[in-house]
Parts: sequence; C-alpha cells; structure tokens
Amino acid sequence: MKIALCIKQVPDSWAEKKMGADQRLDRASVDAVLNDLDEYAIESALTLVEANSPTGETGEGSGHTITVISMGPERASEALRKALSMGADDAILVSDDALAGSDALATSKVLAAVIAQGGYDLVLCGTESTDARMSVIPAMLAERLGFAQLTFAGKVAIDGANVNISRQTEFGVEEMSASLPAVVSVVEKINEPRYPSFKGIMASKKKPLVTKSLSDLGISAADVGSSAAWSSVKDSLPRPPRGAGIKIVDDGNAGTQLVAFLSERKLA
Amino acid sequence: MSNVLILVDSVSGKVSKSTAEIATFAKRIGDVTAVICSSDSAALIPQLSGLSIDKTITCTGVEFEKLSTGAVAAALAAVIAKESPSAVLIASSARGKEIAGRLSVRIESGIITDAIDLDADLVATQSVFGGSTTVHSVVTHGTPIVTIRGNSIEAISGTGPSTHEEVAVSYDGDRAAVSSVAPAVKSGRPELTEASIIVSGGKGTDGNFTPVEELADALGGAVGASRAATDAGWYPHSLQVGQTGKTVSPQLYIAAGISGAIQHRAGMQTSKTIVAVNKDPEAPIFDVADFGIVGDLFTVLPQVRDGVNAKKA
Repeated sequence: MKIALCIKQVPDSWAEKKMGADQRLDRASVDAVLNDLDEYAIESALTLVEANSPTGETGEGSGHTITVISMGPERASEALRKALSMGADDAILVSDDALAGSDALATSKVLAAVIAQGGYDLVLCGTESTDARMSVIPAMLAERLGFAQLTFAGKVAIDGANVNISRQTEFGVEEMSASLPAVVSVVEKINEPRYPSFKGIMASKKKPLVTKSLSDLGISAADVGSSAAWSSVKDSLPRPPRGAGIKIVDDGNAGTQLVAFLSERKLA
Repeated sequence: MSNVLILVDSVSGKVSKSTAEIATFAKRIGDVTAVICSSDSAALIPQLSGLSIDKTITCTGVEFEKLSTGAVAAALAAVIAKESPSAVLIASSARGKEIAGRLSVRIESGIITDAIDLDADLVATQSVFGGSTTVHSVVTHGTPIVTIRGNSIEAISGTGPSTHEEVAVSYDGDRAAVSSVAPAVKSGRPELTEASIIVSGGKGTDGNFTPVEELADALGGAVGASRAATDAGWYPHSLQVGQTGKTVSPQLYIAAGISGAIQHRAGMQTSKTIVAVNKDPEAPIFDVADFGIVGDLFTVLPQVRDGVNAKKA
C-alpha cells in the first residue's frame, strides 16, 4: 500500500496572528510549526502500516510506503523532516515562487497533481490547518482525484483493498467503507501522536526529500498564486480588543450578582 | 431580480436553525430557492413555510445519506446549471464546508467559508485568527459559493415557498458508502454551534462537569469544554471549543475553570457576552470577560443555577 500524507507548515497555533500589508497572513513574524492536526494523520499512517505490514515496518521491502507531501516555501521542509522523524519514508515538497498566495482551489490542484503522479492507494490528511481553518482540502482532493471520500474519521482500518472508517457526525456514529483509492481525514481523538525518537530524528536526515516545481507537475504558473485566486480580500482590520469588564472577587454572593447582570442583559 | 440558491440543512427529518439564517442572508441578494438533497424531503418542505424562501427544488434519484458529500455537490452543480443563480449559500458545518469545497472544484467557482455576514453585493465578512481580525472578501470567479457560520444573524420570517420543483439527479462519482448509522444519543441540549447560550468547563472542573451541565440546563444552553478537559478525557472532543475545536459565537458564553489560553479564546471571543469564573485572578480569560468572578466554580455555578431557576419560577 502506498500512502500519501498531506501536511502543512503553519504559524504556531498558540501565537497571536495578524494580517500583513498584502492582506495575507503575516507568516514571517511567527514561528512556523507542523500543523497540530496533521500529526494525527501521520500517526494514523504509521499505525495502519504497522497493522498491515508483515514485519510491522514501513519502507520499500515491506510493500508499504508513506510519502509525506507539502506545498510551501523552502522552510516547509522542516515540517516534512518532522514527519520523517516520526517514521514516514520519504517526502515531496512543492515549492515555487509562483505559488505564493494560492487559495484552497490552487492548493488542492497542486496536491492532487503530486498524488496522481505518485499513484497512491490512500491519501491521509488532518481535518484542517490551524491557520486558514477552511477544512476543505480533503474534500477538494477527493473531488479532483475521483477517490472515495471518507472524512472526519475517528477510527480507520484497511481490509484488503477496502478502507473502513467510523465517524461521529450530526447524524450519529456512521460506519463508512470504500474500495481504495481513497482520501481519509482523521480527527484529533483518533490517536495519540508519537514523539520522534532520537533514532528517528537521526534517520530522518538521510531520508529522501524531493523538491518539485510547478513545471515538474505540468501546472501553469498562471493557474496558481494570489493573482489566480478566485476570491480576494478587500480589506481587513484588527478587531478592537475586548475591553475587560466587571471583575469581582467572590465574597459569597458573586453568583447572585452574576444573575442580576445576566437578567439586566436579558440573558437569564 | 437575481436568484440565490441555499442548501437546506437537516438532521433526522428536522430542518436546522441554520437554514432560516441562511435564507435571511440570501433574501438580501434576491429571490431565494431552497435546494433539498435529502430522502426526508416530504417532511422537510412543510418546515420551510414561514421562512424567507420563494421556491424549493428537491433533488431526486440519489440516496444522499448513504453517499459521500460528493453526491450533494454533484446535485447542486446540476441545479446551478439549470438555474444560473447569482450565489450559493450553505451552512458552515463540517458537512456544509465539504459540500462547498467539492462544489467549487466541480463548477470552477471561488469559495468563501465561515462568513459571519454577507451584504447584497456579496461582500462577505469573516472573523479570522481566532476572532482577532475582521476580513471583508469577495469571490472573483464563477458563481460565488459562501458558507455561513451559525448564529450570525437573527432569522427573519417570510412568505415561505410558493413553487415546488423536482430535479432528477445522478451521481457516478466516488463510491464511499455509509453502511450504518447509530443515531446520536440526544443530550436534549442545543447543538454547540447553534446554541444562544454556552457554558463551558475546563481544567478547573477537575473532571466534574455536573455544575457546568446544571447551569447550562437552567439557562437552556449547550455545554462546551476546553482542550485541556477533552484531552483529559473528561468530555467528548466533539464538544471542544477552541482553535482546534468548534468556533462558537453565542449571545452568552460562560467559561468555568478555563484559563483562556489563545487556543481557547480563538474559538469563543466573538461571543456577544462573555462571563468567566476562575480561581486564578491572573487567568487571561478575564481580559476578554464582560463579567469576571474570581472564585470557586463549585460554589459560584450552583448559586447562579439557583438564581436563574428562581427567576423562572
């Protein structure tokens, strides 16, 4: 089984983010990290291979490989290296100056091109990136590739040429299945991502990381980047900071004072 | 007069509150056509009377509940080809955003997700970076597809649909199939993203959510949790509020025993009124609270619950 793992390098989700003068997220002023939610997809890929490989290991000889894929600037290779240190086999970074400012449509086009070239059976993703939070890439990839879409998985298992998931939606707990190839996105509760071991970190430095340009993928620079985006930001402004309001120390009747406050605002 | 499509959102034969809200935004732009992609259509159509909807189109021929959201996107694309609407509005649920994403690829149109406002000229307002920045954006290519966050507007009533059509659709896309659904156990509380009032618990509950739940029930609200509480296994991940959980914007948000790290504030700081109860006077949640109480949630919350119940009596 060939697994493609789509990841993104994002500004640290614990940091304050702001807009730059170009109406895009100012990424330079914030630490860049591997998107938290992608770690669950990496762990899922490793667990699936461990469960299905005769030796419990991944890599060429086992018949199972995990390729981690990202689109981003040169420094996004740090996020790819982290995935490699956790246990993925190799990495592909699509990096091209023309990609700056790409919308989700262009991003999904690029990722789909890499996946189509590699001939993968299973595409794994997190549910969303913590910066843009659109949560549409897995669905867009399924649409572009014609792969089965099994998203928001809380459990995932491979059974021969089929993939089965279980997920919690507004309709209840759904069991879904499909034959491969498929796109699966996983939610946080699915697992506890492993920490890279020292051995894993050392090994990751020797693992292949290939950088591809748009021309390697047969995509025109005119179809990606900010000038080709199908939506645009007219303006943005920082939300006025919320002024802190009343703050009291409970002397035994703070709850009663709160009821009065709520009732004054017609909230209780 | 332009025509706007909205996708009717429903769960178990019940039209969601978000449908009325989306219809309200759509009416600003033009005549509203509600598209139904559900095997419950016969039960749903009567529930649309009284909403600002002019016409319904029911897509037939596909068992939408058993397929991936690709089937809904394909059905919407067929209706769009027939109706040439000026925009398509969809609820910003996980499912709604997926449908919108697939649709945008399919009909080659731009997409804006999680709008909190939309004017007659289709300028969308979004609250990004955890509510710290407000953005105005427009779709510049194709038929604008906009998903709208729940609770963004007070729904207005209308005449309800006077015309009903059916469109036969088919789906030959991905074959992901839902084999079984175990209906969710209803808590009896409103959906987190639809609720007007939310009471959330964090680390300070030490795993005991009883006072949080009791206050939520007294107020008729939903219960949420911080990441610390869901990571500890005290409360389901599906009810996590924050950067990596749900983003909510209720009339009233009560944070109990939640310190208010950026991670959490990102999911709730656009709430209209924020109340915080925390033992630590330095907790950052107090910086965004309209009413802060430095105290023990185990004594404060029951007092509030009793006060609220007494007012109702």
